[in-house]
Amino acid sequence: MSEAGATQHRQLKISILRYNPQDPNSEPHMQTFPLEEADGMTLFIALNEIREKQDASLQFDFVCRAGICGSCGMLINGRPGLACRTLTMHLGEEITLAPLPVFELIGDLSVNTGKWMRAMSERLETWIHTNEAVDLRKMEERMEPQLAEEIYELDRCIECGCCVAACGTARMREDFVGAVGINKIARFKIDPRDKRTDEDFYELVGDDDGVFGCMSLLGCHDVCPKELPLQTQIAFVRRKMVRMGMK
Amino acid sequence: MNIIYTDVLVVGGGLAGLRAAIGARRRGFEAVILSLVPPKRSHSAAAQGGMQASLGNAIKGEGDNEDVHFEDTVRGSDWGADQQVVRMFVNTAPKAVRELAAWGVPWNRVQRGDREVVINGQRVTITEKDAAHGLITARDFGGTKKWRTCYTSDGTGHAMLFAMSDQAIANSIPVHERTEAIALIHDGGRCFGAIVRNLVSGELVAYLARATVIATGGFGRVYRVTTNAVINEGMGAAIALETGVAALGNMEAVQFHPTGIFPAGILVTEGCRGDGGLLLDGDRHRFMPDYEPEKKELASRDVVSRRMEQHIRAGKGAKGRFGEHVWLDITILGRAHVEKNLREVKDICNYFLGVDPAVDLVPVRPAQHYSMGGVRTNHTGQSQTLKGLFACGEAACWDMHGFNRLGGNSVAETVVAGMIVGEFVADFCASPESDITISTGLVREFWERENARIDALINSTGTEDANVIKMRMQDLMTSNVGIFRTGDALKAAVDELQELLIKSRNIGLRYKVKASNPELVTAYRVQKMLKLALCVAYGALQRTESRGAHFREDYPQRNDRDWLKRTLATWPGEMDTLPTLNYEDLDILNMELPPGWRGYGAKDYIDHPDTAARQAQIEEIKNSLATADRFAIQNALMRFEHLLPERFQGRNERLGEILS
Ligand SMILES: Cc1cc2nc3c(=O)[nH]c(=O)nc-3n(C[C@H](O)[C@H](O)[C@H](O)COP(=O)(O)OP(=O)(O)OC[C@H]3O[C@@H](n4cnc5c(N)ncnc54)[C@H](O)[C@@H]3O)c2cc1C
Repeated sequence: MSEAGATQHRQLKISILRYNPQDPNSEPHMQTFPLEEADGMTLFIALNEIREKQDASLQFDFVCRAGICGSCGMLINGRPGLACRTLTMHLGEEITLAPLPVFELIGDLSVNTGKWMRAMSERLETWIHTNEAVDLRKMEERMEPQLAEEIYELDRCIECGCCVAACGTARMREDFVGAVGINKIARFKIDPRDKRTDEDFYELVGDDDGVFGCMSLLGCHDVCPKELPLQTQIAFVRRKMVRMGMK
Repeated sequence: MNIIYTDVLVVGGGLAGLRAAIGARRRGFEAVILSLVPPKRSHSAAAQGGMQASLGNAIKGEGDNEDVHFEDTVRGSDWGADQQVVRMFVNTAPKAVRELAAWGVPWNRVQRGDREVVINGQRVTITEKDAAHGLITARDFGGTKKWRTCYTSDGTGHAMLFAMSDQAIANSIPVHERTEAIALIHDGGRCFGAIVRNLVSGELVAYLARATVIATGGFGRVYRVTTNAVINEGMGAAIALETGVAALGNMEAVQFHPTGIFPAGILVTEGCRGDGGLLLDGDRHRFMPDYEPEKKELASRDVVSRRMEQHIRAGKGAKGRFGEHVWLDITILGRAHVEKNLREVKDICNYFLGVDPAVDLVPVRPAQHYSMGGVRTNHTGQSQTLKGLFACGEAACWDMHGFNRLGGNSVAETVVAGMIVGEFVADFCASPESDITISTGLVREFWERENARIDALINSTGTEDANVIKMRMQDLMTSNVGIFRTGDALKAAVDELQELLIKSRNIGLRYKVKASNPELVTAYRVQKMLKLALCVAYGALQRTESRGAHFREDYPQRNDRDWLKRTLATWPGEMDTLPTLNYEDLDILNMELPPGWRGYGAKDYIDHPDTAARQAQIEEIKNSLATADRFAIQNALMRFEHLLPERFQGRNERLGEILS
């Protein structure tokens, strides 16, 4: 990217919350790395450059680096977001990065969202429940095109954990399923292939670790990188569950 | 030394590995999946455009069936594919889509009535049939005669991977996340599992299994400019190669996708062109029809990528701050379409380029995209030389893509191969052949060897920097082993890659701990990646012809006479600096579709002497069966159904072909 030529690049100061729980001598502390900005620089590029040139021990997670896989959720100037698609030019010269809260810390910016999400999936049974056996040679069940699109809309969640990190309840209640979980329930609820009833869903989320734990602060809605309609979905599931609870 | 026992060890939690594990689990075997990352973050999630299966529901897919899909795939492969495997694949793909539908994938559906689409730069109205309303629809993709690519907007891989991964959870299959298989355990004839490193604690554990399945995806990261995820470093293929026994097939067959955004290389889907997007040059001229009058922007990827580079070389590229590129124009599709069917594309353009593709042109240039080569197996997915070792998905070469794979055929392959190989793995596990007969002593030897290698890296006083070696390798591969290849450039690459391999034995680390250590990971992986890079470069140097994605400027013709063969690479000696290459002939006399012109790309090729004879035989068979149905004719030309696991045999129902 040398062709950038005449443009004067900014000197960034990237402060990172460092802590390696694997290392008994490690204490949480902020460490600041100076870095010359480049054209089109993302936090993905910036962090890799820091690791290659300044500190080989720095831990963070990237996979697709295209905003699709949800690996790189972190607090960027205090706000949960995907680092790979955050351009440094949209940020000030001083940038602070910290790991997502709530999730188990692996080291530095790396957190164990995978473990949390698997536990959530197991608990909410985030798969189609049916007793109908399908004959794979036969034509598929029909579905209204509009409904397929509505399901996809909710299916777009990438389990990045940003909504959980932004959630007041999740920080207080260890077992709260978060907006990610409630959105899954909404997704399966509108899917006619899933034969679970409202009673079944109530069993899963009809308590304070589920939809009634939500304090409607809606931090989740504002930070979702996929812009899922979390506010509407939480309200929808809550309405259904209140009705169930009154039965 | 900790040992974990299981029936099936699946290395890789992408679509292929998950489906294979589910298959084995459903047959009553215990399976453990290893993955570098949470499985839903595997690169399968990044597939945007869709999955090919000949359902024939959409009006533009009418008349589609296995035969058409078969021909497209074989032509796409430039006749490098194993045609029986292609038949197995096309026959199972509709079943795979339907299984995923039952598992919750919200496939886009046919909406009856008129709708406007863009075809060849024109807005036209097509009318979907009443009878197809609500069935799974399809979009157009490159190199296909029919609209066959099933999709969920442009998040197809995501929707598939989440449904699949949740099925694995439903089947209580454990996934050991953040673990990496770093060596296979074997006795020279049988594979018994792997030595696995925990990427967080650094601990090494021996996993012993009846069957070991490599489903680790592609190795795109041996290139600098690639659409692949940063974890796509080919470690599964590499550890198979390092056994010295298992072979890698056709490693020189590397696909470059036409539309990586420039310069980042992030992919925007072929669906952009499938849905009607155009490629424009620096003068905003639509240049593809000049080169490819038949298929234009929708010729196969190898052809489109070459034409783009050719056009840029001719000085017709657009000049940007980071260099030359061409433009992708999807403005013609309209905002509503972009925001509904190409929303990932919209996000990518917005976040990484700051452009709005509904109104702006998108700068694109070909980028490494897909590895046709991989662990060579037979049609059951089992290595032909190392028993108990299976492979499926992008990591494998069973060989359905030959020298070029069609868009949409890969996610289809991952699921289909997972289904088929999962069954064969279960069959293997059910047989006494699969008994774990290895001694603990030998297991310990493997464990100690790997442990010693890691210690050696950590304690090394070497002076080489792992990152520097890796970047040099990536640069070399992109500049010398890319879309246009020549003997000289390949030779230079092979020489320097060998030097890098030797240097990589002298890496020193700045950060010397055993637990979670990204630099250590780069160090041991780059040693392996260099071997893969050498398989690619050396294979490309030896193959003095052009076929599919492998294009030699000094040998521009496809040469069936001398090169209708599959390259097999092995790495017998640990200190070797080159792979050992062998070749496996493809037998034209057993082909259903003998070599010919693909329908796009170059028309001149050197015929194989058997081609004419086989053509004549085929004519004769077809004439003698003139009144028979397509199934009978196909069966007479090349039997395949007996090769499929029983569970997946049988025809596929379509609107025009109702099963009783
Ligand atoms: C950007 C992009 C878009 C694409 N779009 C399409 C499309 O629209 N249609 C299509 O058909 N194809 C598409 N492809 C291709 C297709 O997505 C891939 O070929 C396919 O998903 C690969 O699936 P897989 O299961 O083989 O491997 P992957 O999904 O790559 O999974 C590999 C798994 O192996 C694990 N792993 C790797 N090494 C190790 C190790 N040593 N130890 C333990 N675990 C390991 C990883 O953690 C991961 O879980 C696209 C590819 C890219 C790059």
